[in-house]
Amino acid sequence: MQTTTTSEQHVHDNAHAHASGHHHTETFVSKYIFSLDHKTIGKQFLTMGMIWAIIGGFMSVVFRIQLGWPDETFPILERIFSSWFTDGKLNPESYYALITMHGTIMVFFVLTASLSGTFANILIPLQIGARDMASPLMNALSFWLFFFAGVIMFASLFLPTGAASAGWTIYPPLSALPQTSPGSGNGMTFWLIAMVLFVASTLLGGLNYVSTILNMRTKGMTMYRMPLTVWALFFTAIIGILSFPVLVSCVVLLIFDRGLGTSFYLSNIVIGGKLLPYSGGSPILFQHLFWFLGHPEVYIIILPAMGIVSEVLAVHSRKPIFGYKAMIFSILGITVLSFIVWAHHMFLSGMNPFLGSIFTLFTLLIAIPSAVKVFNWLTTLWRGNIRINPPSMFAIGFVSMFISGGLTGIWLGNSTVDIQLHDTYFVVAHFHIVMGIAAFFGMFAGVYHWFPRMYGRMMNETMAYIHFAITFIGAYLIFWPMHFIGLAGVPRRYYSFNEIEAFAQYGDLNKLISIATIVVFLGQLLFLVNFVYSIYRGKKSTQNPWQANTLEWTSPIEGIHGNWDGELPTVHRWPYDYSRNPNSDVDFIPQTVPLTEEEKKDKIHH
Amino acid sequence: MSIILGLLTLVLLYIVVVQISKASDLIKSLRSDDEQEESFSNGALFVAVIGFGVLVYSIVSCFIYGPTILPKPASEQGVWIDNLLKITIVLTGIVFVITQTLLFWFAYKYQYKKDRKAYFFADHNKLEIAWTIIPAAVLTLLIVFGIQKWFKIFSPTPKEAIRIEVVGKQYAWSVRYAGADKKLGKRDFSLVNPDNELGINWNDASSHDDFMADEIVLPVGKPVSFDIGALDVIHNFWLPHFRLMMSAVPGVPTHLWFRPTVTTEEMKKETNNPNFEYVVACNKLCGSGHYNMKKVVKVVSQEEYEKWFRSQKSYYYSVVKQ
Ligand code: HEM
Ligand SMILES: [Cu+2]
Ligand SMILES: [Cu+2]
Repeated sequence: MQTTTTSEQHVHDNAHAHASGHHHTETFVSKYIFSLDHKTIGKQFLTMGMIWAIIGGFMSVVFRIQLGWPDETFPILERIFSSWFTDGKLNPESYYALITMHGTIMVFFVLTASLSGTFANILIPLQIGARDMASPLMNALSFWLFFFAGVIMFASLFLPTGAASAGWTIYPPLSALPQTSPGSGNGMTFWLIAMVLFVASTLLGGLNYVSTILNMRTKGMTMYRMPLTVWALFFTAIIGILSFPVLVSCVVLLIFDRGLGTSFYLSNIVIGGKLLPYSGGSPILFQHLFWFLGHPEVYIIILPAMGIVSEVLAVHSRKPIFGYKAMIFSILGITVLSFIVWAHHMFLSGMNPFLGSIFTLFTLLIAIPSAVKVFNWLTTLWRGNIRINPPSMFAIGFVSMFISGGLTGIWLGNSTVDIQLHDTYFVVAHFHIVMGIAAFFGMFAGVYHWFPRMYGRMMNETMAYIHFAITFIGAYLIFWPMHFIGLAGVPRRYYSFNEIEAFAQYGDLNKLISIATIVVFLGQLLFLVNFVYSIYRGKKSTQNPWQANTLEWTSPIEGIHGNWDGELPTVHRWPYDYSRNPNSDVDFIPQTVPLTEEEKKDKIHH
Repeated sequence: MSIILGLLTLVLLYIVVVQISKASDLIKSLRSDDEQEESFSNGALFVAVIGFGVLVYSIVSCFIYGPTILPKPASEQGVWIDNLLKITIVLTGIVFVITQTLLFWFAYKYQYKKDRKAYFFADHNKLEIAWTIIPAAVLTLLIVFGIQKWFKIFSPTPKEAIRIEVVGKQYAWSVRYAGADKKLGKRDFSLVNPDNELGINWNDASSHDDFMADEIVLPVGKPVSFDIGALDVIHNFWLPHFRLMMSAVPGVPTHLWFRPTVTTEEMKKETNNPNFEYVVACNKLCGSGHYNMKKVVKVVSQEEYEKWFRSQKSYYYSVVKQ
């Protein structure tokens, strides 16, 4: 296999033929661990993501056992997780620590860092025709900061006072005052440090993705010839760059309140009949700062999945994506609007009702670009020649989830309706379907689709079918009934529903949900088995197994450093020329194929 | 022992699945072109069956669980919210059924055929404009209805409203009623001490006839006003049956008023539940006891309310002065 040095100059020098020499032998460490190659870093992000997803998913199994069987004891679990269990039952402090870590891990570590990290790294250089990222070093640093953020977050699980337990949104004063919750002691300190490192990682990655896309596109790759994956990752990075710094300031002020006695978020706090020496702050300020990141964050999670789905649906339905430019402008619209809707998480925080009405307006506006995207995906399928296979199955599953969860957003975004639904199980249903499950489906579609590009082999299809059936049916069984539970008034983040009679009627349903959770979790292990199995034993992939147009399928399948032997490919057309020529036997035209005279006269895309 | 056995069974199960999958993929790869088409067709059927199955489940479950959700709203404000909710359910429900049906129907109908050509259909501006404008129009409707009611719900409190203060702390609500003067005595945080946790200013004469109550008792049909606060962390004052909630934030006073319209007795009949009671629950994670922070609410007739009101003792005279 060809290996060359990683000198930046070398990497960027397009004219420099890579085939010629420089056969420095790389060590195992420089090749697989401290690698600067974007393809390896992408795989590192993916690997970490899978590890974190299993940890986060396992936590949900543990706390769903509590919710499904609140009266039973589990001595077996107590033997394994002795510090979380008392008398065979998960104790409330640990329950809250587990839901907090589950949320943090899934939202930030899996669906932000790993989803963007994996696909931005693997796809951006390969799809725009670059030899690597603008700064491979920053790129590697981004991964390693993410890795250490994870180490700290994981370590917090073993603290004697437990991990952070104020929910993934860590609202103060609960998160600021250890006397109100043991998890707000060292556990919260670890959480805060880990998240600062995490943001640094996100920024290094994001700046790199943006500059790579802007500066390193190959000849002929105009912006309007970029695949929608790249467009989506581009806007994702921009949202991250603009919003994550606000999370840092939000978190730093909390660190000051916790450690230095400042009162940014605290005022008039009475504990045990004593007034604490804080005054003049406002817990609501925290919520504004948090959701200024928090809302854009949900789009940071979903946009890459949308990009992946757009690409996968076009390839496998053998049709151009419908409304390419509308897709770009709807992403732009979502990007802009995502910054002015944050207070819809705070309608009932006591804020000025006038402000609430403005945020209702903007929030419901954001449903428009989302709707446009859904209609465009549906039209892409319409009159296609759809090859149902693992990637396209999961892409279709994504659209289904996004519709289900997006529609409930319209309920919640209307402040008047939110009075009844805020912080009930309805919200849990909404965001797990639209963000959690949908983003996972996008991620799975992407992994099944680009696995041959990453490992030179195909994933096993039969296992993928089983995986799809379990995950799709299971996700609906878990989250759909939560709408009803929420409409019955049951609040989220309850350790037990039996204490308040009005909420106790869903014992059987909660058992069913918990059983589905366990099955879905086992189904994900099957995906992992398939993944590892296919790396070594999968069917060998051909150069372009899906007959796709984009550039990554022209780069040698064994994955060389610098991506292309010799010159970089030249681009002549947009990426969605599927079934363009009805008289041809071949239903795709790669981006590297020059336009015919006839096509040049055509007014439509090229 | 049982753990090991369980794990072993599980591992065995995975091995079996892997072996079957291996064989099945191998058979697939030996197929000719025509059979390839068949395998895509099976895939399309697979997705359509699962998709429509789930769609049916999601609709049927609405009828199964629909009756278990909250009974009819017990306040005037709740009725407005409920009506808007119903409009929203109908509108989004229609969109839900149409789009999910199209999705899985297309996936099935346009399945791969060796000699089918997909239709090259890249843009259509009129369509794009149509499905920008139609959702925009529908949403405008919802926004207008919503904001209108929103301002009504948060309109200024009527003067005749009964004044109540609720304060949350880990993990209980304290309830203070204004006495005969209809004014709540002022609170001042510099006065907080273990005997006066709320920091009530006893020099303010209007505090003298205030009383603390174990339950929230409300007369039907009269506006009631809640001043909401918290001592330690954020709580949320959630009245599910009245469809109302408001955060309780330390240092930031909040407020809510509404008009209860259904008495507890009537609701017992309505729900066929002789034990029915209205409750306040906490709806914002406030620590390990968050799930058990309730207060009973009783809605009674005007006479019963007055009788109850007269039987309450001033906190100042019965506790502070003693
Ligand atoms: C159709 C557009 C959408 C609208 C109008 C909408 C509206 C809302 C509203 C108003 C809330 C707050 C509910 C409450 O706490 O009372 C909410 C919660 C949430 N939404 Fe959406 N949403 C939409 C789409 C999305 C998407 C696409 C995602 C993610 C990809 C998402 C993720 C979330 C999350 C994570 C929360 C809960 C955060 C928490 O409190 O823990 N939403 N949504
Ligand atoms: Cu939001
Ligand atoms: Cu609470």
